[in-house]
Amino acid sequence: MARLVLRLDLRRAGFELAVDEVLELEGISALFGPSGCGKTTLLRALAGLEPQVRGRIVLDDEVWLGPPLRAPLPAHRRGVGLVFQDARLFDHLGVEGNLRYAERRARGADGPAIAWDEVLRALDLQPLLARRPASLSGGERQRVAIGRTLLARPRLLLMDEPLAALDAQRKAEILPYVERLPATFGVPVLYVTHDMAEVARLAQRLVLMDRGRVLAQGPLDAVLEALDGPEFEALEPGVVLPAQVLGIDAAWGLLHLQVAGGEWVVPAPPRAPAPGSALRLRVRARDVSLATVRPSGLSVRNVLPGTLLALRERGAMADALVDIGGARLRARLTRHAAAELALAPGAPVFALVKGVALEAGA
Amino acid sequence: MAGVDLGPLLLTLRLAAITTLLLLLLGTPLAWWLAHTRSRWKAPIEALTALPLVLPPTVIGFYLLVLLNPTAPLGAWWVQLTGQTLTFSFSGLVVASLIYSLPFTVQPLQAAFEIVGRRPLEAAATLRASPLDAFFSVASPLALRGYVTAAVLSFAHTIGEFGVVLMVGGNIPGRTQLISIQIYEQVETLRYEQAHVLSAGLMLFSFAVLLVVYTVNRRVPRPAG
Repeated sequence: MARLVLRLDLRRAGFELAVDEVLELEGISALFGPSGCGKTTLLRALAGLEPQVRGRIVLDDEVWLGPPLRAPLPAHRRGVGLVFQDARLFDHLGVEGNLRYAERRARGADGPAIAWDEVLRALDLQPLLARRPASLSGGERQRVAIGRTLLARPRLLLMDEPLAALDAQRKAEILPYVERLPATFGVPVLYVTHDMAEVARLAQRLVLMDRGRVLAQGPLDAVLEALDGPEFEALEPGVVLPAQVLGIDAAWGLLHLQVAGGEWVVPAPPRAPAPGSALRLRVRARDVSLATVRPSGLSVRNVLPGTLLALRERGAMADALVDIGGARLRARLTRHAAAELALAPGAPVFALVKGVALEAGA
Repeated sequence: MAGVDLGPLLLTLRLAAITTLLLLLLGTPLAWWLAHTRSRWKAPIEALTALPLVLPPTVIGFYLLVLLNPTAPLGAWWVQLTGQTLTFSFSGLVVASLIYSLPFTVQPLQAAFEIVGRRPLEAAATLRASPLDAFFSVASPLALRGYVTAAVLSFAHTIGEFGVVLMVGGNIPGRTQLISIQIYEQVETLRYEQAHVLSAGLMLFSFAVLLVVYTVNRRVPRPAG
């Protein structure tokens, strides 16, 4: 667990970054927000690539910006790795040359013990060593870029939408590698994305940004359950739940899942995960309805008994937070419906889940 | 080739080699600065650097004579330092060639550094490379094509100069008589046969040089953005 003190001020024409937070970084922390909200700028400021930024940056006990330093600590002395969206491999070197470039410069430097062989194995880079960067596919380039950054033995790994330039299939190829990074190498990851599916798949913690400001941050479930206010509407309110595959019903093409205390049935994806494997489910608030009695004659398959925890009303809508035996769901209904059903905290309800998004891995 | 004096040719090659070497050393920081600065001085300095491209050689030669003659501060300082004058000497020719060929070094290098851009340098910095380290290990190799172009053009352009070196160096055999001046003299004295040999030689040489530049520019892959 790393502790990052972050106070940043940066003014540019038409844009202002103003952040004052203490981030606990553990595993993968997603830095999420719409395009142009300042995520990349924040990351670059952390890496030491934004010389105009003012404020204070302290990682654990090491000051990167602010007193007692007179000038910002230069990027090459921060020991922070940054995986760029466009990989930025050095075209005058081969793949091995790119990896050695980082490895040589990290010798004798402070940083976690990350071994050459370990990186090659974790990212499956051995077959690529003799290639030229220009001959790599987009996904391979990013794998090499991630490996190169790891070999610089960073104390903090920053990733700036590393999958944004890839198509869905390449993304699916790389995600498993990314997801294992913190556990394999003991490096906290701050991962910038504007794709909620990537957050649902990868993140343990979430930092939400909009228009140069941090709106909320903390453990993923806590932030997702607490989302409130009009500025969050673009983020599609919902929750992410861990699930385990119980079995596959090939005749109907269905997947049986263990979610919290209950069993769910969802359509199986084309490449169905094996029984026993772990998944994450993203359940949007708008895909969940509530009933006060168990409905019958219904096409919805997943009907979960639970207790209403909280109801937040805004305009015509009401957002409900429901406990379904260990896990929590958010449901989006109209204020009129909430009033007619006399929904109040503590009331027993049935949550009707109309659809989920499966994200492999847990 | 009886009757062909090789002295001017060798002197010319020596002058071009020394000038090219010095220009690459001095031109690199200037080109780097021009490629990366956001200073308001960028445009004036760029214009100044490009002046030798458009000025008549006689204008450059005239001002160099004014600056380098032993009664001017710079010329006097040089006499004090070395005991020789800068005007009508090989050293003076080097100074004149540095100025005359400067744009042929700085412009290709600046363009090459601009194509390389900041992106690979930022990547190098996050991999623990200091700015100087990143310059030598990333920017220079990626700008190799610019270096080849700069070196070849500066070398060839120095060999081809006439007006400036005539004014600053005169026509002293063994000291300042360069090949272009020798050709001029041969034509003046109606020794066309010898002028033909040297002129054709220079033509072939210049063509070969440009051929190398264009071939290299086509073969070396552009660094991907």
